[in-house]
Amino acid sequence: MKTNRYVIWGMTQSTLIHIFLVSIALTCLFPLFWMVRCAFMTNETVFIDKALIPHSLNFGNFAVAWTKGNLAVYLFNSVIYTVCVVSGIVLVSSLAAFSFSRLKFPGKNIIFYMFVAAMMIPLPGSFVALFVLMNKLHLVNTRLGYILCMINVGLSMSILLLKTFFDKMPRDLEDAARIDGCGKIGIWWHVALPLARPAIAVIVIFNSLNVWNEYILATLLLGDTQLMPLQRGLMVFQGANSTDYPVLMAGLTMAALPIIGIYLAMQKYIVKGLSSEVAGG
Amino acid sequence: MNSKIKAAAVFKDNAQNFFFVLPAFVIFCVFYIYPFLNMIFLSSHEWPGIGPMHFIGLQNYKELMGDNLWWDSMAHAGYITLIALVFQNALAFALALACDRQIRMKRFYCIVFFIPPVLSEVVVGLIWNWILNPELQNGVHIGLLNHLLYTSGWPQLVHNWLGDPKTALTTIAIVHSWKGFGWGFVMLLAGLQTIDKQLYEAARVDGAGPWRTFIHITLPLMLPVILVVMILTILGSMQVFVLILSMVNEGLVHHTDVPVIRILSSMTGTNRFGYACAEAVIFGVVLMGVSFIMKILSDRARQT
Repeated sequence: MKTNRYVIWGMTQSTLIHIFLVSIALTCLFPLFWMVRCAFMTNETVFIDKALIPHSLNFGNFAVAWTKGNLAVYLFNSVIYTVCVVSGIVLVSSLAAFSFSRLKFPGKNIIFYMFVAAMMIPLPGSFVALFVLMNKLHLVNTRLGYILCMINVGLSMSILLLKTFFDKMPRDLEDAARIDGCGKIGIWWHVALPLARPAIAVIVIFNSLNVWNEYILATLLLGDTQLMPLQRGLMVFQGANSTDYPVLMAGLTMAALPIIGIYLAMQKYIVKGLSSEVAGG
Repeated sequence: MNSKIKAAAVFKDNAQNFFFVLPAFVIFCVFYIYPFLNMIFLSSHEWPGIGPMHFIGLQNYKELMGDNLWWDSMAHAGYITLIALVFQNALAFALALACDRQIRMKRFYCIVFFIPPVLSEVVVGLIWNWILNPELQNGVHIGLLNHLLYTSGWPQLVHNWLGDPKTALTTIAIVHSWKGFGWGFVMLLAGLQTIDKQLYEAARVDGAGPWRTFIHITLPLMLPVILVVMILTILGSMQVFVLILSMVNEGLVHHTDVPVIRILSSMTGTNRFGYACAEAVIFGVVLMGVSFIMKILSDRARQT
């Protein structure tokens, strides 16, 4: 009798927990479902038809958004910026972190703590001065200017993460490589980088999200629609199609799906990255 | 002679080692240090972005102290942050506690809860802007929320959520929490999983119920993680603005302004670069103060 009650209590408890979790999961997913659903409707039906699955499907919105909405250009730009910035960050930060962790030079600690301090100090309005600087350097409305600014944004965090990783790396492999005739660059390239793959994966995923979703610098630095990345482009697109909701939703769907896909593929590294923040932060 | 060669070798070695850091150092100095110093310099000038600058000392700061729009925007950001701290983090903690056990579909939940955080604020803002659409066409509510409220028997709740200054900020704060709770969830769950399960077992043997176990074991051990999540929530929520731009479209004059929007409009709207920099400096100091206090608290929590 007593065990029976225990089992029933356990089952009700787990059912309640599942109801709670499922309802929140639905709240997460439903707006996205609604976006995709509305992307398949026409401007006439979208206001009236509220059925979960619309009565007639219209596939034309995606083509309209892709060509007329200039989304092809924005998407292409976003891919370029993300690839360039993330590879830049990995290259520059791994070189620096390797030196901070393994090599010696005067002033090393001061420079390292500068990077750490930069991570701690929030600079919410730095875009004003950054814009002034880019103007002076004639880098406004250039891809290079935006890429350099975004590399700087991700640099401190990446250096810190990689340095902690390199610090824990065993020295034996390095010594073996040195005996085999590797120089410092060789050790960085052949030993440190391959070993740091898990840390680099964390850096890649977080910086990709950051660059892909960045808005303010793109707005200030890139006024030319041919250079705009996706987030900035979507706002322009929304301004031009503010009443054509199906096309707008088709555009949003195409903007959201790639990042959700990448996230699903690299999901475990996100958990790993955030867990390390819990452990270390 | 020998020592000279040695010194030259050491110098060469140091130079080589520094060369590894050089790209990072240059980028950092040009794109971080210089703008940072220039921001402070500009904040004491009146400057329309081009042409000559006029040094005006602390005049910008003095003006800022009496600028109601600015302090209102600070209050708005504070309000959003408060809701995020309470509502978003409570939800995240509850979900993390629910997931911290042998439970079916755990991986599914973990994946789904982190989908809103990976979306951009523009996408989230525009989707919710559409769901919250206040208009009526041929007697049908265009926006999904109002339609659902109307058809499920609460027509009195139908409302222009984003258009009414009374509800706009709260609506924004709730959407912001919807977007953000996944961060807290993942971090808190990671923290919960580091707690030794034997402690729970020991507490149960000693006759402690779930509530007392939570108060005496889970909460104290989780305090450092909770504080980290709180710092990140504060810093993230105080600086929210893209979400607001994409949700209200500048439709509400000043009712939904937050500091970053003020800085932006001082800069691009009225072309007062110096004033924008002064706002940025004050805002940075406020954020630094808050995160400093939280850091002290979290250090203290770690010690005990």
